[in-house]
Amino acid sequence: MEVLKLTTANFEETILKADKTAIVDFYADWCGPCKMQSPIIDKIAKEHDELVVGKLNVDDNGEIAVKYGVMSIPTLLIIKNGEIKKQFVGLTDESDILKEI
Amino acid sequence: MYDIIIIGAGPAGISAAIYAKRAGTNVLVLDNDNSELIKAHKIDNYYGFPEGISGSTLYDNGIQQAKNLEIDLKKEAVLNIKMNENMCYDVKTSDNIYTSDSVIFATGTKKAKPLIKGLNEFEGKGISYCAICDGFFYRKKDVVIIGDGDYALSEASDLVNIVNSITILTNGKEPGFENCNYKVDKRPITSINGDMKVEEIEFSDGSTLKTDGIFIAIGSAGASDFAKKMGIMTNNDNIKVNEHMETNIKGVYACGNITGGLLQVNKAVYEGAVAGLSAANYIKAKRKGA
Ligand SMILES: Cc1cc2nc3c(=O)[nH]c(=O)nc-3n(C[C@H](O)[C@H](O)[C@H](O)COP(=O)(O)OP(=O)(O)OC[C@H]3O[C@@H](n4cnc5c(N)ncnc54)[C@H](O)[C@@H]3O)c2cc1C
Repeated sequence: MEVLKLTTANFEETILKADKTAIVDFYADWCGPCKMQSPIIDKIAKEHDELVVGKLNVDDNGEIAVKYGVMSIPTLLIIKNGEIKKQFVGLTDESDILKEI
Repeated sequence: MYDIIIIGAGPAGISAAIYAKRAGTNVLVLDNDNSELIKAHKIDNYYGFPEGISGSTLYDNGIQQAKNLEIDLKKEAVLNIKMNENMCYDVKTSDNIYTSDSVIFATGTKKAKPLIKGLNEFEGKGISYCAICDGFFYRKKDVVIIGDGDYALSEASDLVNIVNSITILTNGKEPGFENCNYKVDKRPITSINGDMKVEEIEFSDGSTLKTDGIFIAIGSAGASDFAKKMGIMTNNDNIKVNEHMETNIKGVYACGNITGGLLQVNKAVYEGAVAGLSAANYIKAKRKGA
């Protein structure tokens, strides 16, 4: 599936109410390690139709970052039925992410 | 402009330099005299020294060998590395900025993290290892940097225009810098306290300091610090490499103690050789493509 572009407006609908497990990548354009995380997230989205995968730009959607206590990027959240199952801080490998699904 | 900058002049760095130089590339080695070898009284298990050899002699010999090959070697601590718009690396030291097409990390292992309660627990919840990545989250806030040298000042310079205030906490150490524009507090730290995120720092005298965020920049920057900023994949603070000593970033290699495994001279020398040759091949391919 395509990676979704998440915003404050669509976060609840696409992630919290999703009937699949969701992965959210909190990033910013000026963050070096986020650029290395990005293709890993793209690959997971492409290869795993059973997941909802989205990226959230913290610059444009600060409220969501604050709500989830994200203070370091990249941060990844795995969310199931509206609840956080796992948080990764810093660049994270595909295999480490998938282990937590 | 160099083809390859090697950070570290221990067995891994010098071995990488020798192989890269002999493969026809232009190499700079940067080092701040902190090799583990210097602390090793006697190396008894390395090939070719029937009576053993003192670690510091082996280290000095390595540096002399590099000098004999006319390899550029400078005694400067690396503070920061950035990829620039030409896909080259700007390597900033205490005195200069050098640029290269390729970087080899041969920095050895950094001393273990200090034992401060809460340090691991609050990572990403008010504790950051990267000022340039996370400064944004602390706009107009009061932050501290735990550190004691030029690396702490370098992190401070990435925060100063964003945050409200910066205090440098040396955690019981004498600062390695002469003077600076920030408040410096030398008291030992016992714990980092908070509920969902960092709220205060507790000192050994029992008093506390309210803070919104803590940036960690202890001692001099190690490879895992650079890795966190550049987006290099790590595993328990060791840099992940493939059999060519390549990291997940093109043109960036790592060798020696910093890749984990057997923490011995022979492994550092072997990996250095592989990293030096891999980097040289990368440079040759890049020259052909250009
Ligand atoms: C007490 C002791 C005894 C030992 N005994 C043995 C033994 O008997 N046999 C054996 O094989 N091994 C032994 N070792 C281990 C051996 O010393 C290491 O495995 C080896 O030195 C690792 O080489 P390296 O090049 O990876 O790192 P190091 O030798 O640690 O060199 C890293 C270099 O990088 C530099 N550096 C780091 N960060 C920066 C920066 N930001 N800017 C600039 N320069 C930087 C440091 O100054 C240092 O010179 C011993 C180690 C110790 C401490």
